[in-house]
Amino acid sequence: MTKQGVIKDINGPIVTIILPGVANGEQVRIGELGLYGEVISLQGSEALVQIYESTEMVRPGEPVEGLSHPLSVELGPGLMGGIFDGVQRPLEKMFLQAGDQIPRGVSPDALDRESQWTFTPTESLEPNTQVSGGIQLGSVQETESVLHRILVPPDVSGELIEIAPEGDYSLDQTIARVKTADGEIRRLKLFHRWPVRQPRPYLHRDHSSEPLITGQRILDTFFPLMKGGKGAVPGPFGAGKTMVQHQVARWSNADIVIYVGCGERGNELVDVLDSFPKLKDPYTGRSLMERTLLVANTSNMPVVAREASIYVGITIAEYYRDQGHDVVMLADSTSRWAEALREVSGRLGQMPVEEGYPAYLASRLSAFYERAGRVETYDCGRGSVSLIGAVSPPGGDFSEPVTSHTKEIIQTFWALSKELADARHYPAIDWVDSFSEDVSTAAIWWHEQVDRNWEKRRGQALSMLARDAELSRIVNLVGPEALSSAQRWILEGAALIKEGVLQQSALDPVDTFSSPEKQFLLLDTILAIYDQGADLIELGVPVQELSDLPILAKLRRCKEVYDSDQLDQLREFREQAIKSFESIRSEYAQRGELTS
Amino acid sequence: MSAKEYRTVSSARGGLLTVSQVPGIAFGDRVEIRDSQGRKRNGQVIRSSNIEVLIQVFEGTDHLDLENTWVRFLDTPLEISLSPEILGRVFNGLGEPKDGRPPVVSRLHRSINANAFNPAARTYPKEFIQTGISTIDGLNSLVRGQKLPIFSASGLPHNRLAAQIVRQAKLPDEESHFSIVFAAMGVSYSDARFFQEEFASSGVLGNVVMFINLADEPPVERLTLPRMALTAAEYLAFDLDRHVLVVMTDMTHYAEALREVATAKGDVPARKGYPGYLYSDLAEIYERSGRIKDRHGSITLVPVLSMPSDDITHPIPDLTGYITEGQIVLSRELHNQGVYPPVHISPSLSRLMKDGIGKDFTREDHPHVSNQLYALYARALETRNLASIIGADELSARDQRYLEFADAFEKRFVAQGEDEDRSIVETLNLAWELLSLLPPTALTRVTETEMAKYHHHAGNELRQPVQKEPLA
Repeated sequence: MTKQGVIKDINGPIVTIILPGVANGEQVRIGELGLYGEVISLQGSEALVQIYESTEMVRPGEPVEGLSHPLSVELGPGLMGGIFDGVQRPLEKMFLQAGDQIPRGVSPDALDRESQWTFTPTESLEPNTQVSGGIQLGSVQETESVLHRILVPPDVSGELIEIAPEGDYSLDQTIARVKTADGEIRRLKLFHRWPVRQPRPYLHRDHSSEPLITGQRILDTFFPLMKGGKGAVPGPFGAGKTMVQHQVARWSNADIVIYVGCGERGNELVDVLDSFPKLKDPYTGRSLMERTLLVANTSNMPVVAREASIYVGITIAEYYRDQGHDVVMLADSTSRWAEALREVSGRLGQMPVEEGYPAYLASRLSAFYERAGRVETYDCGRGSVSLIGAVSPPGGDFSEPVTSHTKEIIQTFWALSKELADARHYPAIDWVDSFSEDVSTAAIWWHEQVDRNWEKRRGQALSMLARDAELSRIVNLVGPEALSSAQRWILEGAALIKEGVLQQSALDPVDTFSSPEKQFLLLDTILAIYDQGADLIELGVPVQELSDLPILAKLRRCKEVYDSDQLDQLREFREQAIKSFESIRSEYAQRGELTS
Repeated sequence: MSAKEYRTVSSARGGLLTVSQVPGIAFGDRVEIRDSQGRKRNGQVIRSSNIEVLIQVFEGTDHLDLENTWVRFLDTPLEISLSPEILGRVFNGLGEPKDGRPPVVSRLHRSINANAFNPAARTYPKEFIQTGISTIDGLNSLVRGQKLPIFSASGLPHNRLAAQIVRQAKLPDEESHFSIVFAAMGVSYSDARFFQEEFASSGVLGNVVMFINLADEPPVERLTLPRMALTAAEYLAFDLDRHVLVVMTDMTHYAEALREVATAKGDVPARKGYPGYLYSDLAEIYERSGRIKDRHGSITLVPVLSMPSDDITHPIPDLTGYITEGQIVLSRELHNQGVYPPVHISPSLSRLMKDGIGKDFTREDHPHVSNQLYALYARALETRNLASIIGADELSARDQRYLEFADAFEKRFVAQGEDEDRSIVETLNLAWELLSLLPPTALTRVTETEMAKYHHHAGNELRQPVQKEPLA
């Protein structure tokens, strides 16, 4: 039986209803249109509701219905490749059914009930055994690249009475029956629902041991994020946050990518929808869209659903994690989510603390980020959710509340800089302000998988960049003539690192993705040449002689000339480059101009 | 329409009117208010319960008294009448004629608060629009369906630039021009006049819909005006299949009106007194541009805003920049040097450029040339700073080249006549003329093939200093 009530007061997206017996967090439908909303506080028989849709032309006195469940998502096959709004309504389906604009009060099923999925039961699972949440009942090949494991929902345990044989099933068909401790028979289907504000359970947490490879040199080589890690990308507008997020979504070695466009531009999501199906996953060779899911609450969509959207995203991410997958969730942008929080809190008349944000901003943010992590699942080995949140600080000021609270929680910080973006240095990630707390853990992997010198070379490059910043200050004051040859060679070396390694074009088909091996080889080559040059300069070779070498111009272009599978050619180039430096050495030696 | 009038006004202050004991009034309903003199005012319900209804009065609450004020609820949201007849007309922020002609008669009315476009219904904007302005076409290309604001400041020629864009914008191979929707919020009489004359003299008046709210007219109307304008634009684009260019000026006045109203309502202020929902509110406006699947028309949006005290981090330009697909920033420094249009290259950006230029759209070298000009100009500005400290004579020969490049770039590429309509090929060729001031080794963003084809000294041995090309 549903609970019935009436609307008392409408104040934009916040509506007061009279509905006895309604619970905090419960979903309600209000008005003649049946707009969806969520109870956020209770006072006697009155409840405050935040509405996910526009309340234009809704009147006091219209009916209200309580749905007796909190905001939940449908979890099952058919999620991959889809685009959903902030409360998991399927946008493609709504477009076909309702046209260009999103109508109010409609809510088609998130997952298609018609499609048939081939279910293969777990072989070892016999009837009459005890099962509990997270136990794998079987699997469905959701897309070519994603094996979807069908799990017992976390809130079900008991005796497995029956499990369906291999065959094609739709989502509404029962694939297993479980008798719970109190004798109730639960019919399990290929999908189940889970409330988005409640983290999904797992066996225990595990530490991260492997970096997430994104194919982006400044991220992987300089500021690595671990699988299961938490990262933030803050930056003023125009610095390239979205581009960084898109690149990670495209090229990272995750099994599943969940992209939440939270209060951002509609066209950016269209860009993903258009380009991803055409792009190939460098690891599986399959279309990227097969492993990608989009949650879209664009900036013009109702603000309350924006607040919900990141929870919808992270819950789906946890669901795939529970199947043993490595999931990357990108939230663009958490600032818009925080603003939605602020807007609702303002309407409720809550006391603002910093810049109008409510006092619970910090705790909500940290609770959200804490849902990332690598875990031991109940039945599917290890899975992880890596969480990367974009932050859009007003005026690019990193001391504002959302950026500063985020900074306290995350492990990897990819700070974008307006200055770099203005000079079209992309990705405009500032190597001074960025940090990763996981360099030494990542180093173990790099040393085993790529090269023992990774950490050393990384350190050398960073210290050269630091020296470069110092020396550049001097140059800006008194001009380059004041520097010694060795110092000017440092400037040259740092420029090589910036142009040959740090800058990476997302638009260049070769440069857009760099394998870890290529990343290291590029860096190592540049540093080897720098070292050679430094020796020659110590021997008295004029710095101008070296700076003008055409081989340096070639070195800057290596990144876009050699693909990740043409590393032999890159090694050949490296030999050549080193040889050309040797020949200068012998030239000078013959002329007897070397001082030693 | 309800004929019933209520006289139960219980408070009137700060542009807000409270009416008691009127049950069942819809949120967002349109209201007509009659004062003791019988004069009509307009309003909208911004909070509603059975006990009392809060109304925002567009013309303000001055001179209203509680006893002699009559309120009528029209049982309709704010709407606009639409028909092809709107072209050539002038309206105010409520959609009423402002040109002395009778109202548009049509059975088609639309609420000005449209539901959001389904992202799945959009198509990605890709068609390059040639504005004939090198700094836009070459470096910050505009595409059909994009929202690209002009960030300006008081005293800068943003109006002239916007007018030039309106005059010259077209697809490179087509002669067909855009239908124009012009929305002016809180502008001075002379600014409104400038645009009207501009449209008249270029003969496009019959293809323009104007919505005008002058600086001395009710600020609340500035909040509904852009929504009226965009509803009209959506009608032209998606019902009548036209390509629409919407010019809005000045978004700063819009945001100030929003702050004024928010303060009166007692909303919690966020930054600089602007309400926390300024971002969402601006997004509702800007996101109505774009392209829709299977629809022929498009809405390209060029909002103009003035940055208070030239500050780009001020909430209005800041939040705008987070929503729009780039920005064209004007520079006072260039303006003072007599450069028109004074487009400040470094902070300007077009996010949709990458997919609308290059081989199939403009020319294959365009992406790299643009990137190269940006990088060189950034470097050249550093050199100019250095020169201002140590003196130009102290610079190395190579740095001198950069200085020369910066000057030529500003004087020849950025600057152009107000009537000068450069084709994209002219713009790119001009770019190569400037790039050729530097030796090929200094150009790392263009490919070697492009260099061979377009660089004026590509055949020269790379290590040899390049002979100086006399400026044309």
